[in-house]
Amino acid sequence: MTGYQDFICGDEAIALGVKLARPNVIAAYPITPQTIVVEKLSEYVEDGSLKSEYIHVESEHSAIMAVLGASAMGVRTFTATSSQGLLYMVEGLPFVSGGRFPVVMMNANRVIAVPWSIFNDHNDSLAVLNLGWIQMYVEDAQEALDMVIQAYKIAEDPAVSTPLMINLDGFVLTHTYELVDIPGQDLVDKFLPPYVTTNKLSLEKPMSVCIGAGPDWHTEFRYKQQTDFMQIGKVINNVDAEFAEMFGRSYGGLVEKYFCDDAEAILVTMGSVTSTVRAVVDKMRLAGYKVGLLKLRFMRPFPLEEMLSLSDSVKTIGVLDKDVSYGFEGTVFTNVNSALSRKKCSPATVNFIGGLAGRNISQNNFEDMFLELLKFDSSSTEDRVKFINLRWE
Amino acid sequence: MDNNVAVNAKTIHEEEFFYGHKACAGCGGSIAVRLALKVIGPRVFTVIPANCMSAVSFLYPVMPFSVNALGASFPATGAILSGIEAAAKSQGLEDYYIVGFAGDGGTADIGLQALSGAIDRNDRVIYICYDNEAYMNTGVQESSLTPFGAKTTTSPAGQNRPGTITRKKNMFEIVAAHHIGYAATASVGYPQDYMNKIAKAKQHPGISYIHVMAPCPTGWSTPPDLTVALGKAAVDCGLWYLAEYQEGNFKLNKDPKEFGSLEKYLLQQGRFKHLTTEHIGEIEQQRDAMWQKIRTKCQ
Amino acid sequence: MTRPEISKFVAPKKPEEMPTPIAKAGFIIEKNAGWRNLRPVVNIEKCVNCLQCYLVCPEGTVYRAGDKVAIDYDFCKGCGICAHECRPQAIVMIPEEE
Repeated sequence: MTGYQDFICGDEAIALGVKLARPNVIAAYPITPQTIVVEKLSEYVEDGSLKSEYIHVESEHSAIMAVLGASAMGVRTFTATSSQGLLYMVEGLPFVSGGRFPVVMMNANRVIAVPWSIFNDHNDSLAVLNLGWIQMYVEDAQEALDMVIQAYKIAEDPAVSTPLMINLDGFVLTHTYELVDIPGQDLVDKFLPPYVTTNKLSLEKPMSVCIGAGPDWHTEFRYKQQTDFMQIGKVINNVDAEFAEMFGRSYGGLVEKYFCDDAEAILVTMGSVTSTVRAVVDKMRLAGYKVGLLKLRFMRPFPLEEMLSLSDSVKTIGVLDKDVSYGFEGTVFTNVNSALSRKKCSPATVNFIGGLAGRNISQNNFEDMFLELLKFDSSSTEDRVKFINLRWE
Repeated sequence: MDNNVAVNAKTIHEEEFFYGHKACAGCGGSIAVRLALKVIGPRVFTVIPANCMSAVSFLYPVMPFSVNALGASFPATGAILSGIEAAAKSQGLEDYYIVGFAGDGGTADIGLQALSGAIDRNDRVIYICYDNEAYMNTGVQESSLTPFGAKTTTSPAGQNRPGTITRKKNMFEIVAAHHIGYAATASVGYPQDYMNKIAKAKQHPGISYIHVMAPCPTGWSTPPDLTVALGKAAVDCGLWYLAEYQEGNFKLNKDPKEFGSLEKYLLQQGRFKHLTTEHIGEIEQQRDAMWQKIRTKCQ
Repeated sequence: MTRPEISKFVAPKKPEEMPTPIAKAGFIIEKNAGWRNLRPVVNIEKCVNCLQCYLVCPEGTVYRAGDKVAIDYDFCKGCGICAHECRPQAIVMIPEEE
């Protein structure tokens, strides 16, 4: 089947990516705004274009457990969820990651209640950052489709053997339509070989999986998990390069630096909002402002080297957080600050909290943020955490 | 194992598939797991959620299961069974069995949702609930399968309450109400009957559910050598019936004209020692009502 | 051999040797014999090979030996179920010290 173009939404892009990746088992529980993914997948299974076992699970907890069981048999699996569903399956996330099963999951970023909302922000995925999954954020539907294919290649690499979560902004990306290049099955098959592993149950070689370890050996298992994880960045970058060669699209690996080389102020963003900031950078550069954008594609592994190698010209970094870790600051901000603390002369950092429950952040808002960063006094003692677009200014 | 060969002590697999584990001496659950595996054979994938059997079986590097085993989280048995079956199907595997060994907690309480889903999906898996009537693994706390009057560490018996005040949930009827293809109750006190039912479950093309009474000397405060005798007495005094549900029909495997002594069964166990004659009378009434119901269903 | 044998555990000596949390099935590294206060003794003459004891042993340490049964004392915990269930009373529990 050759490639073609179609006008599809982010959810459908994910579904098509999954179809091309050919998982053996799919188990996912519907939740807005992920529902289109699971509906499309069930259509592909019904019409035979996707030969997968589609499990009708009765909850998200059972969804993650079903793919755990299937992955423990050594087959390729897929699940998808959002927000409340992600939190319902939380217990299963470290089972999968600790067990080193390369499950791929799509998460539609959505508010976690209370207050309740179906609209977009990043509190859901950032709440589970510590659970051992590779975590990435896509900007548009094309990247969503492409990253499903890359995700399996990364996760199933024997040196990685770690599950991967692909985040799409709920509604803003999941339900927004774009023209997307859908690659041909042959090309995908060439790029993504079948999943082969020894990390599995088998009749030929019976194993105990998801075992326990006491105080005597537990630390050593975790040390291995951490040291293995710290090598995943290399694989991500390599897969990006390989994908670019075969499919003609590169995303930069762990991050994409846009006009950062001589920037004085940069904004760090994740997900769909990045597209808006690109346009603002273009406009402001034309007006002579030295601004740049760092698109944070992966939160785990965290792009430490990419942060440390930011040019010395950067004096101030603004981090957009579509989340708050109540009692302190935005989670992305915490991670960026920690990375930069290892730099000899680290730039000043400012946290912009915005976009909660899908509140729009306009080009004007980003221009104002850049202007604020450009004139930011690093000796200032003002609160570094600022809510933008608050009703009461 | 040939489909038509009767299953008994001489025909079951001689090999031990669950050996060297750290369960208590006299553990009823171990009997249930061990016998089931000897009937099912080595071409098996087992799922063991958090319970006594997993707690004693997966501590690196000691692995007492010599067949495939997955140590699952507490609520997950039903879901993992479905996941393994889907994978096996997609791999075109042949001649294999998938079996879960959940306790009463992992079945009737935290595991109920996934069990219900698994029955709905009707994959070819065997779900075995070994019932020791409390959360034994964590120190004998009350479950919804703890019978009325049993003392546990979260339902102590004292001046104000006689231990557990709720009644044992009837999982067999709940499972039957899902229109399951095959379900059965069993007891380690009647090992031949239990093995027959495992053999039947092997033949069934969808999900089977087997609920086996597995006394626990530690939690019931009974001597370790009485486990099997208690499993038999529980049936003989009528507190536990041996029955099957197949193709929409209920069938009692044993319908005694007279029950063994309820008082003797209860008062030899430390967990029931505090019961008064009144309590025992109440239990007797509950038992009689249960038998009336199941006898009616069997007509 | 119908029962797993005791294996020697070779501990990983460096990080590269550390496995992921998956392990070979049927791996035992020590006996369970130290739990016993009583041990079962089978009177071969009285044994009728009904195999009830073999069925109901929680450990699987009562094993079939020809047309009789024998006990694997390395793993028997001395629970006494076999002696209790033996109808011809061919198994007796004696103190471990004897």
